[in-house]
Amino acid sequence: MIIGLWVGMALIGGAGSVLRFVVDGAIASRTGRAFPFGTLAVNLSGAVLLGLVTGLALSHDRTLLAGTAAVGSYTTFSTWMFETQRLGEDRQVQNLAANIVVSLVAGIAAAALGRLIGSHL
Amino acid sequence: MFESATVTPIPDRRELAAVFAGGGVGALCRGLLSEAYPQAESSWPWVTFAVNLIGAFLLGYFATRLQERLPLSSYRRPLLGTGLCGGLTTFSTMQVELLRMIDARHFGLAVGYASASVVGGYAAIHLATAMVRRVRVRT
Repeated sequence: MIIGLWVGMALIGGAGSVLRFVVDGAIASRTGRAFPFGTLAVNLSGAVLLGLVTGLALSHDRTLLAGTAAVGSYTTFSTWMFETQRLGEDRQVQNLAANIVVSLVAGIAAAALGRLIGSHL
Repeated sequence: MFESATVTPIPDRRELAAVFAGGGVGALCRGLLSEAYPQAESSWPWVTFAVNLIGAFLLGYFATRLQERLPLSSYRRPLLGTGLCGGLTTFSTMQVELLRMIDARHFGLAVGYASASVVGGYAAIHLATAMVRRVRVRT
């Protein structure tokens, strides 16, 4: 039922966002504000999870709920860019570059790792 | 042993409910768009690209306005920023799309997509922030 799928997407997407909020808060409160480790941890762990979902080759609807809704909402592009831009405003050029390069390189590696694990399950 | 300074503050229920509601709406918008416009591996991922740039612009606007222009509010930032913009945008989908481009040996597409997303996202935040700051605070 298509309505049920959309309601499920909204509920699961909401839950993914809450998980991001909690994980980011827990990590950021331990690592301080100098570098956005909270968002980095969320995004890299989410990249592993979405790789895993991709590797599992689930049905279309299950991929939509587990991948697009749950993991898609758990990770965030907007906060990653916001924190990067604020590092730029503070002239933290090294941290700015590290936040972009580490996220992208480790993110693709994390997705590849997750997919490898998923395809062997 | 844990020092008291490292204890995570427990978020209140209203804050969590705001993140949940905003995130649900954001995820639903992104999901509807991704279903309406399915993407092939060899083509530019317009849906992810568009939601990410729009979400970045909105977060730049909301976060700057809420931090620097409006009185402190306990639920607007979690609802609109963490929830709506966080749920609308996605990092993981972008990484899997990049991985598939690399698999398909579309290296130029992968470099172009990653660069355009980062440069565009950064510019969107910068632009939204500048727009909010240009409006003089009423005294």
